[in-house]
Amino acid sequence: MSTTTDQYVSTTLPAVQGVSAPHAIAFVVMTAALVAAPFFVYPVFLMKALCFALFACAFNLLIGYVGLLSFGHAVFLGAAGYGAAHSAKVWGFPPEAAILVGTAAATVLGVAIGALAIRSKGIYFANITLAFAQMVYFFSLQAPFTGGEDGIQSVPRGAVLGVLSLKDTLTLYFVVLAIFLLGFLLIYRAIHSPFGQVLKAIRENEPRAISLGYRAERYKLLAFVLSATFAGLAGATKALVFQLASLTDVHWTMSGEVVLMTLLGGLGTVFGPVVGAFIVVTLENYLAQLGAWVTVVQGVIFVVCVLTFRRGVVGELGRAVRRSL
Amino acid sequence: MTIFGVPTQALFGQLLIGLINGAFYALLSLGLSVIFGLLNIINFTHGAQYMMGAFAAYFLLNWAGLGYWWSLLLAPIAVGITGVVLERTTLKRLYQLDHLYGLLLTFGFALIIQGLFRHQYGSSGLPYAMPAELAGGRNLGFMFLPNYRAWVIAFSLAVCLTTWYVIERTRLGSYLRAATENPSLVQAFGINVPRTITLTYGFGVGLAALAGVLAAPIYQVNPLMGADLIIVVFAVVVIGGLGSIMGSIVTGFGLGVVEGFTKVFYPEASNTVIFVIMAVVLLIRPTGLFGRAS
Repeated sequence: MSTTTDQYVSTTLPAVQGVSAPHAIAFVVMTAALVAAPFFVYPVFLMKALCFALFACAFNLLIGYVGLLSFGHAVFLGAAGYGAAHSAKVWGFPPEAAILVGTAAATVLGVAIGALAIRSKGIYFANITLAFAQMVYFFSLQAPFTGGEDGIQSVPRGAVLGVLSLKDTLTLYFVVLAIFLLGFLLIYRAIHSPFGQVLKAIRENEPRAISLGYRAERYKLLAFVLSATFAGLAGATKALVFQLASLTDVHWTMSGEVVLMTLLGGLGTVFGPVVGAFIVVTLENYLAQLGAWVTVVQGVIFVVCVLTFRRGVVGELGRAVRRSL
Repeated sequence: MTIFGVPTQALFGQLLIGLINGAFYALLSLGLSVIFGLLNIINFTHGAQYMMGAFAAYFLLNWAGLGYWWSLLLAPIAVGITGVVLERTTLKRLYQLDHLYGLLLTFGFALIIQGLFRHQYGSSGLPYAMPAELAGGRNLGFMFLPNYRAWVIAFSLAVCLTTWYVIERTRLGSYLRAATENPSLVQAFGINVPRTITLTYGFGVGLAALAGVLAAPIYQVNPLMGADLIIVVFAVVVIGGLGSIMGSIVTGFGLGVVEGFTKVFYPEASNTVIFVIMAVVLLIRPTGLFGRAS
């Protein structure tokens, strides 16, 4: 398969590093909106959307900039959730340590799965990550510390650094927002660094990148592990927000959801995954009482996006204003 | 009588269950391989189409009064036609794009189909009676063999081998294989490649539906019966090597048996054993046991 993967990219990406003006403006607008939002919208809903937005950004790091479609990213979300929930509830860790434990769990899994999966490409890669994810799912179903079907419930939120109690919803919201922005900026930094440029070079033409002396496999593995780590950060945070770590977050349907969010928002765009995550979480919120229709609507969005709307919301927007967003 | 401390009764019982599961793995991964070979897409709708096959049998029985044997013929054709429509209207627009879009599109269709059936029929299964001719079973001395299960194993093996023969040993099959290698050259020789692709997709979908009909009397007819099964089949296909016909048949049956024995000797790992094997195979042979180097 030597097809180029430039269909993923909404507009030709400028080879500049650092922060471009449209990105800076969009970031300020996004941050301002998110700071003001909890005073108008139910904060728990916003926190859910933020966790998924970070998850989608982490996923996008892999598909948008390395051209690898992982169909097993739920593993990192779910495993980090278990790690954080277990360490907070059973070991009595404070929230910042619990989140670190969860994220580290995702990193370790990322190294293990990535080392095996990264040698393949395209459909093979998607298939292999999916299969590993299912393996971890069955493990989570049977392992003693995950609580099986019940999950780990009523996880204590504790207090950040022993002073900032997370019992107050608004405090929790701003902590989650801070984690999201930190993750978002780190991913942005990774993409717009020499490392990110090499990733794009590998995506466009791997043999040429190798011939220029770059160890493509190492770069890809590092990108995979980074993506897993940030997905884990999202999962660990989500477990503390909902005080729950459950099988839902490890199941392959969750892997499908993050693909949906990123595809809808715009593959390979900086802000697309955030927009996509907010749209999908909002939709699910409104459709929740309709049961099986949620799945149908998700399927329809997939089909429509793939057939007619491959750039996604942000990709189309970027094309309209002729800027890469 | 015991072997390795396990009663032979249990051992042969699990061997039989393994062969049954293996028959379904083989039929489903065969369909996936046939489709992948020519279309270069992983058909994520496969599990939903397997489920549609079982539902088609259920509808034929309850609406038209047509029994199991008619279903075995008609359900694959009916579901295969829906596959042809799907390919003609949507899939064919994606051939010039990255193959991953085919995966995403068929994933979307799987969600739609499974969602619609679940909305209409709920998540609990609908019963489908075993055909009277195959009820009962026989005592082989060392174990009891239900007739229907023996039939499923024998019939699916026959279908698999016939498919292998047609693709690898006949003129029609040589056109198919040639179109896989170089579609434009085959087109230049006067073979209608787009139509070949459409019919191949329909055939692969028909195989999935056939597996669904075979499964209906054993498992219940359930909207989600293919949802998790298809993930295991993906692993089977990766182990066998994508696009390899014989590979999917052999690994399908083989992994079913391995899974069955795992249930006897180490039950905790029975769900994961196939994925563990996949990891090991990938380490040693990244293209799968029967796959050609890409």
